[in-house]
Amino acid sequence: MKTWLSQHRYTVAEALAKLAGARAASLLNVAVIGIALSLPLGLYVAIVNVQDFSGRLNSGPQLSVFLARDAGKEDIARIENHLRQHAAVRKFTFVARNEALRDLSASTGLADVVDSLAHNPLPDAFVIDATDGSPQTLEALRDELRRWPKIAHVQLDSDWARRLEAAIRLGKLAVLMLAALLSFALVAITFNTIRLQILTRREEIEVAKLIGATNPFIRRPFLYSGALQGLAGGGAAWVITAACVELFNRGLADLARLYAAEFHVRHLGLADSLSLLAFSALLGWLGAWLSVSRHLWQIDAR
Amino acid sequence: MISFSQVCKRYPGGGEALKNVTFAIEPGEMVFVTGHSGAGKSTVLKLMAGIEPPSSGSVIVNGQNVGALRPRAIPFLRRHFGLIFQDHKLLFDRTVSDNVMLPLAINGYERKEAARRVRAALDKVGLLGKERANPITLSGGEQQRLCIARAIVHRPAILLADEPTGNLDSAYAGDIGELFKSFNQVGVTVVIATHDESLAARLTPRTIALSHGELAA
Repeated sequence: MKTWLSQHRYTVAEALAKLAGARAASLLNVAVIGIALSLPLGLYVAIVNVQDFSGRLNSGPQLSVFLARDAGKEDIARIENHLRQHAAVRKFTFVARNEALRDLSASTGLADVVDSLAHNPLPDAFVIDATDGSPQTLEALRDELRRWPKIAHVQLDSDWARRLEAAIRLGKLAVLMLAALLSFALVAITFNTIRLQILTRREEIEVAKLIGATNPFIRRPFLYSGALQGLAGGGAAWVITAACVELFNRGLADLARLYAAEFHVRHLGLADSLSLLAFSALLGWLGAWLSVSRHLWQIDAR
Repeated sequence: MISFSQVCKRYPGGGEALKNVTFAIEPGEMVFVTGHSGAGKSTVLKLMAGIEPPSSGSVIVNGQNVGALRPRAIPFLRRHFGLIFQDHKLLFDRTVSDNVMLPLAINGYERKEAARRVRAALDKVGLLGKERANPITLSGGEQQRLCIARAIVHRPAILLADEPTGNLDSAYAGDIGELFKSFNQVGVTVVIATHDESLAARLTPRTIALSHGELAA
């Protein structure tokens, strides 16, 4: 067990030395892998951020009911009364138009715009939570409320959330497809690198076989070298994406300042970063394994 | 230790390299396999080390039938042997001591112990001063001795040498003969394929003579 471990340690050190020795070639390989992986990775980061952003907004199944501009106090009281008695309404809040304007200027950072308005453009509104969040109930309620007098517009707030969700799902699918394609590219790149390594070390393999090396012994340095190359490529992809996020955030900071709001894009979390590295190392290992299995038997000691 | 019984070896598209060869080698013996070139000397060594399988008959090494071994078992058979090749098969992309290190790495020796053994083996063949040299800078005789150091470094029970003095002048050949004699004296079974008669005269070994693939009387 101890010799086995020390053999492995020795092999890793050797593979690292080889990688460092052929610096230009391995740098190029690592860069190609890094760029290939950073495409789906960047898209993934974007989607995670969009999802995060939409999660922070309230996306519960709510109806916003906007009253007509000419609705008076007694109209509001009458609608309130109806709502209170309605079976499908769980709870509702009234948002007066002045209050709404104050909220708008406080929360969205459009204070300057709001201050410059001559009169309040917002209508009075009710925000309604339904007894159950199913689309049928909500849509039925929406259609019913629309027919009430003095109600200008009824909006189902969950619509956009659902559309966003569908878009995110589509984006995730795109990430998966891109990742699958480029993972294949990573495997192919490693396959080829290892093939070249095997060819240049052909003599060594022949001699090693003649003096009693087992196939796993011969395979091992190539597998490590493939895994290390994949790992380095994954690291490169991480760095490339981090740099893009950083640059993007700088641009975004200007934009956010213009809107007097704050948002910034976050890079991969620890768990995602570690899975990226593990995944790319695994793919490198796989490419090396395929290559070694394909080419090793061709070198038979004679 | 090694026994051939009724061994035949045919190469595809070629003639019969060995015909019905039967002999046995006891542990601790020194044996020369002699004959003109093409008599089948190298084939005998290749069959012993499992580099080629026999076409028929059986080759038994340490009680194992070499021809019937599974491919996965062959490496472990080869670790009983020290192989000295006619063309040396040295690796020119690494130092002298790293060449000798290879069998120890394969056998899984611990690094310190391995380094000690490498020095001992190089000392034995008189190359201790050249540890860090590249084998390509060594003379023919030195390369042959390096090949011997690599073959003995893991202390195999059997040493197989194919034409070890093939390209050497007689003084060098004498040195190498003495080396083999000293290994044999510490109990290593030595099998040498050669047509060098002066070497045979010096070491007076038992001789297995081959002629056209058959044992010559």
